[in-house]
Amino acid sequence: MDDKQQKNMKRIVENKHPLAIRWFHWINFPVLTVMIWSGLLIYWAYHPYKIQVAGFTLIEFFPKWFFAALKVPFRLAEGMAWHFVFQWIFIINGILYVGYTAISGEWRYLLPKRNSFAEAWQVVLHDLGIRKTMPPMDKYNAAQRIAYSAIVVMGLGSFLTGLAIYKPTQLWWLTTIFGGYPTARLIHFALTTGYVLFFLVHVAQVAKAGWNNFRSMITGFDVVKE
Amino acid sequence: MNNNDQTPAMPEREMLTTDQQIRRRTIKAFAWFGLASLVPLGIWKYVAAQPRVAGLPKVLRDALNTNEQIANAYFSNQHLAPTFPLEQAAKTPRVNGKDGMKSAFVVADWTLTVQQPDRPPLTLTIDDIKALPKHDQVFEFKCVEGWSQIQHWGGVRFADFVAKYNLGTKSGQPATGEADYFRHVGMTTPDNGYYVGLDIASAMHPQTLLAYEMNGQPLTEPHGAPLRLIIPVKYGVKNLKRIGTITFQDDRPKDFWAERGYDYHVGL
Repeated sequence: MDDKQQKNMKRIVENKHPLAIRWFHWINFPVLTVMIWSGLLIYWAYHPYKIQVAGFTLIEFFPKWFFAALKVPFRLAEGMAWHFVFQWIFIINGILYVGYTAISGEWRYLLPKRNSFAEAWQVVLHDLGIRKTMPPMDKYNAAQRIAYSAIVVMGLGSFLTGLAIYKPTQLWWLTTIFGGYPTARLIHFALTTGYVLFFLVHVAQVAKAGWNNFRSMITGFDVVKE
Repeated sequence: MNNNDQTPAMPEREMLTTDQQIRRRTIKAFAWFGLASLVPLGIWKYVAAQPRVAGLPKVLRDALNTNEQIANAYFSNQHLAPTFPLEQAAKTPRVNGKDGMKSAFVVADWTLTVQQPDRPPLTLTIDDIKALPKHDQVFEFKCVEGWSQIQHWGGVRFADFVAKYNLGTKSGQPATGEADYFRHVGMTTPDNGYYVGLDIASAMHPQTLLAYEMNGQPLTEPHGAPLRLIIPVKYGVKNLKRIGTITFQDDRPKDFWAERGYDYHVGL
């Protein structure tokens, strides 16, 4: 074997993404889609949120054309039914995911380390093409560790604020912790916009990372060249 | 160990080059992935094909009824809606919904009818209601649409009303426990244009009022004069205005919005 061939040697690295994690990840995709869609049907019935700067409306959640394009109006009852059924799958899937990462030790790759917050900026600079080199990483880089941990905390936040607005009398203490009923509803909504932003960045990063990376989330194995 | 064992045949995979292995395993994994992604599609089709029960696919309706069982397991009269200082109450509480309020109606001629199985109906006047201890309540009213408003209502506790007139028990005797009561209470407007069904536990919650005052004044007609229901353990849709008839029964009474695709329970 000459040097060139040697360099092109591929090696399969087993179990980059354990089967369980692939299941939790992909189950979450249609379930969260249903939760966001049905949440939108519910939100439409009272949609006061907007981002204003000095009296000028920057973003309105949401303009008429947006609701109309997604066929949202006058479907509150339908939205509530889907939301309060699929909530169970969302919660159970989330608990299983967190439980699995905790028990399997996978959390070691996912939780931010002490230097992750400093390194995450370097990752961002690198991804924006400003910085040439990446900080050293194992399975996930510092920005990924922060993002993938934050999304779990956000999931917990959605669960708790959801409960707070679902049972504001029986669980009045929880509603109070989140600043009262209207505030809990606002946080619940804001977290959802967070998921949508996460999704957009996530998909862009996956596209950028390329085929081998995407494949590993389906097959589980990684291919490295040596 | 049996020393006579022959060398096992080489597994097929080891005869393949790395590239071939990658190819095979990728195709296999993506085929499974494609198959698995048919599952959510199938669930969607399954729900869409369900017979409708009061405007909802049956499987969703059944799941909501299961949610109700779970909610009931945690329900307690000790869990109270937070109350607020008087000055936080809205000066002009929002009016929402005119169903059951569209017929000609004279407040002064109003009487309340109470129906119970196998017993003659009871007819009461507003003075009979006002004879009971009055309670003022400032709480956050919550509409199923998502808005909420702090409002001030005055009236009598439904539980006091039930105790005073010895209502709602199957035996006709004062209740010794929750099981003595009929399981549900239905309320309708005088013209039957709007109607709600309540589980007895929610009706007997200490914050459930038969209200005749708003902001310390007699109820106005758009807010349900002369007597309306205020029930903080439910969304606004159950807070029936202009009560005409109250009925105790075991079966679920009919419910205006539950017939139109909403959850029956809507418990908060």
